[in-house]
Amino acid sequence: MSFDEAISAAVSIGFHGLAFAMVLYLISVGLSVTMGLMGFVNLAHGVFAMLGGYIVTSVMSRAGVPFVPALAAAAIATAVGSVVVERLLYRRLYGGDELDQVLLTMGLIFMSVAAVTFFWGPNPQPIRPPGWLSGEVDLGVRSFPAFRSFLILCGAALVTALWLGLERARVGIRIRAAVDNLRMAQSVGINTPGLFTLTFALGSGLAGLGGGLGADLLAISPSYALDNLVYFLIVVAVGGLGSIRGPFVAAMLLGITDTGFKYLLPELGAFFIYALTMALLLWRPKGLFGRA
Amino acid sequence: MATEGLVRTGLKAGDGAIDAFARRHRFHPLEALPWVTALAAYILLPSYLPLGAQILATVLFALSADLVLGYAGIVTLGHTAFFGTGAYTAGILAANGWGEPISGLLAGTVMAALVGFASGLVVLRTTGLTLLMQTLVVATLLHEAANRASSITGGDDGLQGMQVWPIFGLFRFDLFGHTAYVYCLIVLFLCWLAARRLVHSPFGRSLTGIRENVRRMHAIGAPVRRRRLVIYTISAGFAGTAGALIAQTTQFVGLGFLGLERSGTVLIMLIIGGVGRLYGAFIGVPLYMIAQDRFSEIEPVYWYFWIGLLMVAVVVFARGGVLGLIERLRV
Repeated sequence: MSFDEAISAAVSIGFHGLAFAMVLYLISVGLSVTMGLMGFVNLAHGVFAMLGGYIVTSVMSRAGVPFVPALAAAAIATAVGSVVVERLLYRRLYGGDELDQVLLTMGLIFMSVAAVTFFWGPNPQPIRPPGWLSGEVDLGVRSFPAFRSFLILCGAALVTALWLGLERARVGIRIRAAVDNLRMAQSVGINTPGLFTLTFALGSGLAGLGGGLGADLLAISPSYALDNLVYFLIVVAVGGLGSIRGPFVAAMLLGITDTGFKYLLPELGAFFIYALTMALLLWRPKGLFGRA
Repeated sequence: MATEGLVRTGLKAGDGAIDAFARRHRFHPLEALPWVTALAAYILLPSYLPLGAQILATVLFALSADLVLGYAGIVTLGHTAFFGTGAYTAGILAANGWGEPISGLLAGTVMAALVGFASGLVVLRTTGLTLLMQTLVVATLLHEAANRASSITGGDDGLQGMQVWPIFGLFRFDLFGHTAYVYCLIVLFLCWLAARRLVHSPFGRSLTGIRENVRRMHAIGAPVRRRRLVIYTISAGFAGTAGALIAQTTQFVGLGFLGLERSGTVLIMLIIGGVGRLYGAFIGVPLYMIAQDRFSEIEPVYWYFWIGLLMVAVVVFARGGVLGLIERLRV
């Protein structure tokens, strides 16, 4: 491999890895926060991302809705749907037995697999980028696929908004207070059950958005929530439960490593990632940014 | 006088508690029920013996999951790692010219226990979601390994050409499943005796203590981490036995033996019966597998919908499964 080719490969890996990392982060950050806030083991988090993906693809192909409104619809619909699930089912198990939480959410995954197959069939749903996002954008040095560039820009904007919101906005401050010390937050008068619901809706909405945006990276198929569960869990566990920035670092690590291996050594990718995950957690059982 | 009375009742209460502990490990007549049922099924339902053998081996798998989940409180999504290891070990031996079943079974058990020990060293350092993820990663890693090493494991198509010899050179595995059924029944019975002995031993009691209150167990000086590792290894061994049993009796091993779905379904079967009661597996597994067999005309994907709904319903309305319901009715 010549020097130019090596640079070109590195740029490609960096670009596609970044796109993958954005999707992983958008989907997983909600899981990390709700896990840190309520200690709830929500394995069904991927279901919301999957639903987001299905809403985007089917609203676009069947109703002819443009891409951006379709994304907004996916985010809102998953957020609203998640509130229903949270109020009806999850709320009963807060602070309860971990096993019950695992069972409940595994049950939801199984139900989602069947329900999605019933409505959309077993095949993956393709996403057709709108005209202004198909093709390539030329950045002078080289050109990049427009759809993935849009994905990275969107992701970056959302991440910035999320971090600023959690840092500056009153709601964000309350969420951080409740993650740090739930009892103290309650005793200074923060309405924690309301905050739980809000956070849950926000996290699920982001997951729905991530699922829709990343529909060409993580194929929208009925087994989505099962197939990608281990990725979302790795991001959350390596990043550190309850952390906002930890999962971002973890998503970057995972996204770029995974993409790099797919380009260079496709046979060994999965092994390396799982081994790295185990080694990282052996070194820091609470994750890179988790509190000891 | 009053104090004397108090002391006496106190002594009586103490005796009662000691009696209750002493009685725990004695055999209750009801414990014969699964075995009587299994023998009756052998005589009365000869056409269902292949399914029966599968059920018996799966009961052993669920029992092994109950040891870590119900007794030690280690919530795992990767128990198929050990089930699959046992199955592939026995299967690869039988496909490469060593079809002796008993030694194949032992080899599967030992390999699975080794994998359990090695992964337990890493996995058990964490708790909660991280532990769950680590167990899942171990199973996925093995799944990936089995998929890649297709020259040994057959990859996606599954392992072909297993030749299992007759047991002791006398009992051939027949088409009707007679040998398979009895073989599974005897192995399950022996493993059940061992598991029963284990959970009623001081070691088993200390596991329950670890599940209920880890901090207190640390405080009274129990070697928490070592005990969890020991039970994890033993349970992995039992899961390997179950996997090897299914591999030998069906003469097939596929990638599904290491899949996440199987980890999920074994949890459901255990939950339907009741966790941490040693008999949950004996109730939940037959219920699940017979229902699955009866409703086999339903598409497998839609079957998952009802199973998922059942899981949600059990968690919300019937904690403790069937055995939990019976306990509540009796109180």
